[in-house]
Amino acid sequence: MNFDAPHIDYAGLSPLIALTVGICVVLLSAVSPLRRSAPGLTLLTLATAAGLLIWRWNDPTDLVAGALRLDDLAISISLVVLLMAAATVLLSLREPATEEAGSGEYHALLLGSVLGMVLLAQAQNLVSFFIAIETLSIPLYILCATNLRQERSLESGLKYLIVGSLGSATLLYGMAFLYGGSGSTDFAGIATGISQEGVLGDPLILIGIALTGVGLAFKTSIAPFHQWTPDVYEGAPTPITGFMAVATKAAAFAVFVRFFDVALLPQADEWQPALAVLAAASIVIGNVGALGQRSLKRLLGYSGVAQAGYILGGLVVASEAGVNALVFYLGAYAFMNLAAFAVVIARERETPHGDSIEAVRGLAAERPLLAWPLTISMLGLAGLPATAGFIGKLYLIEALVEGDYTWLAVFIAVGTMISLAYYLPVVAAMWMRSEEESPEAAGAAGPAIAGASPEADPTDPEAGRRLYLVAPALLAAAAVVFFGIVPQPLVEFAEHAGSSLF
Amino acid sequence: MTNSLLWTPLAFGLIGLFLPKRLTGWWATLGTGVTLALAVALLAGFDSGAAGLQDTVDVEWIPGLGVDYSLGVDGLNVFLILLTALLWTGGTAFAALREQERPHLFFLMMLLGETATLGAFLAQDLLLFVLFFDLMLVPFYFLFGAWGTDRPDGVTASAATLKMIVYTLIGSLLMLVGAIATGVIAAGGGDITFSIAELARQPIGEGSQRWIFWFFAAAFLVKMPAFLLHGWMPDAYRAAPLPVLAVFSGVLAKVGAYGFLRVVLPLFPDATVEFQEVVLVIALASILYGSVMAFTQTNVRLVAGYSSIAQLGFITAGIFALRADGADGAVLQMVNHGLVVAPLFIIVALLAERSGSEDLREMGGMATRAPVLAALFLIVTLATLAMPGSANFVGEFYILNGLFNSKIAFAFVAIVGVALSAYYALRLYQRTMHNRPASQQNKGIESREIGLRDGLVLVPLVACIVALALYPQLILKRTDASVQQTVSAVQDQAPGELARR
Repeated sequence: MNFDAPHIDYAGLSPLIALTVGICVVLLSAVSPLRRSAPGLTLLTLATAAGLLIWRWNDPTDLVAGALRLDDLAISISLVVLLMAAATVLLSLREPATEEAGSGEYHALLLGSVLGMVLLAQAQNLVSFFIAIETLSIPLYILCATNLRQERSLESGLKYLIVGSLGSATLLYGMAFLYGGSGSTDFAGIATGISQEGVLGDPLILIGIALTGVGLAFKTSIAPFHQWTPDVYEGAPTPITGFMAVATKAAAFAVFVRFFDVALLPQADEWQPALAVLAAASIVIGNVGALGQRSLKRLLGYSGVAQAGYILGGLVVASEAGVNALVFYLGAYAFMNLAAFAVVIARERETPHGDSIEAVRGLAAERPLLAWPLTISMLGLAGLPATAGFIGKLYLIEALVEGDYTWLAVFIAVGTMISLAYYLPVVAAMWMRSEEESPEAAGAAGPAIAGASPEADPTDPEAGRRLYLVAPALLAAAAVVFFGIVPQPLVEFAEHAGSSLF
Repeated sequence: MTNSLLWTPLAFGLIGLFLPKRLTGWWATLGTGVTLALAVALLAGFDSGAAGLQDTVDVEWIPGLGVDYSLGVDGLNVFLILLTALLWTGGTAFAALREQERPHLFFLMMLLGETATLGAFLAQDLLLFVLFFDLMLVPFYFLFGAWGTDRPDGVTASAATLKMIVYTLIGSLLMLVGAIATGVIAAGGGDITFSIAELARQPIGEGSQRWIFWFFAAAFLVKMPAFLLHGWMPDAYRAAPLPVLAVFSGVLAKVGAYGFLRVVLPLFPDATVEFQEVVLVIALASILYGSVMAFTQTNVRLVAGYSSIAQLGFITAGIFALRADGADGAVLQMVNHGLVVAPLFIIVALLAERSGSEDLREMGGMATRAPVLAALFLIVTLATLAMPGSANFVGEFYILNGLFNSKIAFAFVAIVGVALSAYYALRLYQRTMHNRPASQQNKGIESREIGLRDGLVLVPLVACIVALALYPQLILKRTDASVQQTVSAVQDQAPGELARR
């Protein structure tokens, strides 16, 4: 019997291999004398993986018999994920959660999740898609609950586990229908398998697409499948919240794009309206939900729902410009959220207010180096000019108008207007001497406020001066302004991603 | 030239961050002074006969999106740029004379505001215009919110400012969508450009013009503000610090009116003709409502604020007469109003310092020992009410002339506004300077002459009013060619429509 050894493209797989090796090393370091080196080893692993990915830039290849595709879309999204993970490692230094869960385990889980995300960004087969999404989710369920002494953290982990499993099950169920309807698990095979019938002609395919879409909407926290987001975000250790808010969303959007813009591209006319409605709903529900939130983590959670709606707009138009805009916005979103979360973490550790908005009141006078990044982040998320957020919105709106979805562009404009009503009060709390005598603020001295819990006592009164917190915040804020004034580098980065699909 | 003019204020602002606190104010004033010198040089080199853009800068900014960094000067904006530079110098100097909390940030925001405003006037790329138009809000958000005054009835400065931002951004964000849609539709699948001159060459289809017109109009009418869209004005005006309010009211409102001339008329000529009467109704309503409110208010700031609504109504009416004389008058009146309202707010600040109140009922008798201040105020007042002999009279005359020739019914209503303006302007002057206070027990009023240093700020501004009154042709001569060109775009597009009238 003649047996051909399968061709293994080690160069293409090298980033995944590097991450896998890194997980093992970090995990082993926990039981070795090098216990304290886990963060350093994790950063080293992430840097290696990033270097290998950049090496593969502009050289698209199919891997593992076409189950994975390492193209510029995958690489650009993976780089966003790796950047966010590296920042998470820095932000997790001295975090109670890392101590309690064990630094080695915590970082190994983080790397496991990153591995899943990098894999997911490359997936172009239902099987690798599902494996990747589970690989990224399961470590996150645990990471959410790593703050073992806090009830809310455990609650967050459990909630995420249950809702996440439901999402995964829905996804898997949908995949089964798709396979049944099209006879293939490959995205390309699905595209040819359903093109004869059309989506609406075949109930199997229709149900499959709908369920898969719902599963993806769970992962990207798109309304109305977002209800878990604020609760999970609020309870999870803050560095993990920041990681989930950006990295999970980025990776899930990568496969979202690949699934809809590759496998289902021929039927674009049929699914576009449905996704457009989801995007619009997400924009409205996220922005309205964020109004009046006193907990910054919940606020950022709801704002993430709204931002996911904007990003989905880039997918809806099923065009190269749309994917470009989506990747650009994800990049900008990563920097804006990173700056915000770094400041929230610093204040959480040095004030008794937890993640309540009270924690940043008067910040401009107290810690200007923290106030500026949070201000720029809020202005950027609100889409004001001279920030990357403005250019991102401009990019998305241009793609939407070109794709004949002007009404969705108007939704983005209206959503942005609503969003000012919750982003700007955060800025006002930092810079303006308002409400100082109001009863709300007077009660803030006690522990009975939103976002704070009895356990939220300051753990590190000097956190606002720690370089590993201030530097990521400042660098991310500088990037937001830089790409708002000189967007061309990020535009070219995003254009590579878009041209790899179309 | 245009480039250095645009970025000088911001550069000074950033350097100012590293100076000691007591110097920042003067450093910022120096920055605005340099900008003013550049603006004067720009005017000196301006070729008054040419209709097209001069001193242009055109660099690709985001080629992937078709956005260019392009600036230029023509008759429409050259005097508004000069006005901006002048009022900012006055406002900044006035603020530098007084103690400011956190002066570094205050003056950085002032200068950032100047750069953003100059950018909005200079931009010749539609998206660059929108960007600067929105960017103007950011510094004023901080200036109003962080240095504003909270009202005793519980409306905090930050709440008032939030209201202003939300109102104005409603318009601007829709304008962003409209601007992008204009570029995309005009490209028709080809290369996208947002150059205003390019887009004006071949306006987009009438159906698209209709909705995009209103997206732009919403942004500009809120900014002015016009009647029904002015909800943010009373709170924001009462909260704002006065030196900032002087430049805000003097310049930022004009950006809206300027936007109509720069963007709406050339790019959406069919829609402009179609909705001419609707906008004129809004403009007349602003004139009447603003005037009536101005003479019922007792807060000095609100008198000035509502009078601005009325004046901007006149300017809008002049533009939407869609004739060269009306638009000429509108451009002249934009400069006039800026020159009048900024000194007015500085005088209000001086009066408030002397009487400890901004309520008309608490003021009065100020002229007795302050003849110079009273004389300066009188000049400003007479200019406000468009006394014959003032440049405002010339401006209003041109506007009304244009309106008579295109829509005579509207002109008759607008004339009522002229009469009303005399009433509120004189009432403001009399109640503050001459009448004794109603409450005689109020001993807080101090009739004190204007100080030398404040005088150095106020006198040049008032001198500009006088100079312009003597020689309004300075402006009209240079704007006319550009205005003719802008207005002809509308008349070319719809010759049938206009001929029928």
